[in-house]
Amino acid sequence: MLPFARRMLVEERQWMTAEEFNAQLGLCQFLPGPNVVNLAVLVGKRYCGLAGAIVAPIGLLAGPLVIVLLLAMLYDRYGSLLQVQGMLRGIAAVGCGLLFAMAWRMGMALKDKPIFLPFTALTVTAIAFMRWPMPLVMVAGLIVSGGIAYWRLGRK
Amino acid sequence: MIVVELFFEFVLLSFVAFGGATALLPEMHRVVVENHHWLDETTFTHLYAIAQAAPGPNVLVVTLIGWKVAGLAGALAATLAMCLPMSVLIYLLIDRWEGFAGARWQRAISLGVAPLAVGLIFSGAMLIAQSAELGWAAWLLVAATVFANLHSKLHPLWFIGVGAALGLLGWV
Repeated sequence: MLPFARRMLVEERQWMTAEEFNAQLGLCQFLPGPNVVNLAVLVGKRYCGLAGAIVAPIGLLAGPLVIVLLLAMLYDRYGSLLQVQGMLRGIAAVGCGLLFAMAWRMGMALKDKPIFLPFTALTVTAIAFMRWPMPLVMVAGLIVSGGIAYWRLGRK
Repeated sequence: MIVVELFFEFVLLSFVAFGGATALLPEMHRVVVENHHWLDETTFTHLYAIAQAAPGPNVLVVTLIGWKVAGLAGALAATLAMCLPMSVLIYLLIDRWEGFAGARWQRAISLGVAPLAVGLIFSGAMLIAQSAELGWAAWLLVAATVFANLHSKLHPLWFIGVGAALGLLGWV
């Protein structure tokens, strides 16, 4: 999705420069919530104010939403077929691999790995193994990990 | 009312969705499958697979979950709950936030949140592996996907196509 958004905004319509796009995207990736939706709100507001901020995310989601609902109906109808279940299992396995690869790539891009990678491990332990509630884990994790980052930034 | 309950569960989740909807997979599973028993393991895995294969942003897995839990109203409620709160906050706060660009606390948050997001996405991958009850052939496919994705620039849709074909043939 993001590469397409980038091509449209930066190359075809030239509504923003590549640097602007990267800065806005960086912000959206770090804020909670769906990145592309956040990005649509930002771009919409910047160019058309409130109307843009409302219309952009709706326009972005409407088409895919309809498609996904059609797929949901197909699944309701044919989901019990063995072939369909097999296909979905295959896709889930690939999706799982794509997630591991994404986590790996993001992990490698972390700054100060010896300090911050342990927080990745702690998050996995808390969420995947202990099954603790995520809001709690995230707030506690952010206070400690963000606190350490704040302290280290002040030291330099 | 199940739709209202669904809405408020997802509003809460939307505020901690660092790393997008993907990072939310474990928590959505906890809420929807383990706590409320709205869906079973297999259905959850299937919905994730459909969202992977469908065009559009991956937040739409939320729409599918909503659909399965409470029909069309559920689909719309879950999607809105996931997108609306942060969108409104961003709209209201973006100018102020950009005014603080480069401030120490702002850089500290973005440094501090990144390792947590990585952990969430890793947990999501483990969760899908668990609830799909992958056999050895499927794990081989997972490993091949990780390797190929990290070492080539092939579009993810190719991988999904291969996975779908192998699954259809009953190999995984």
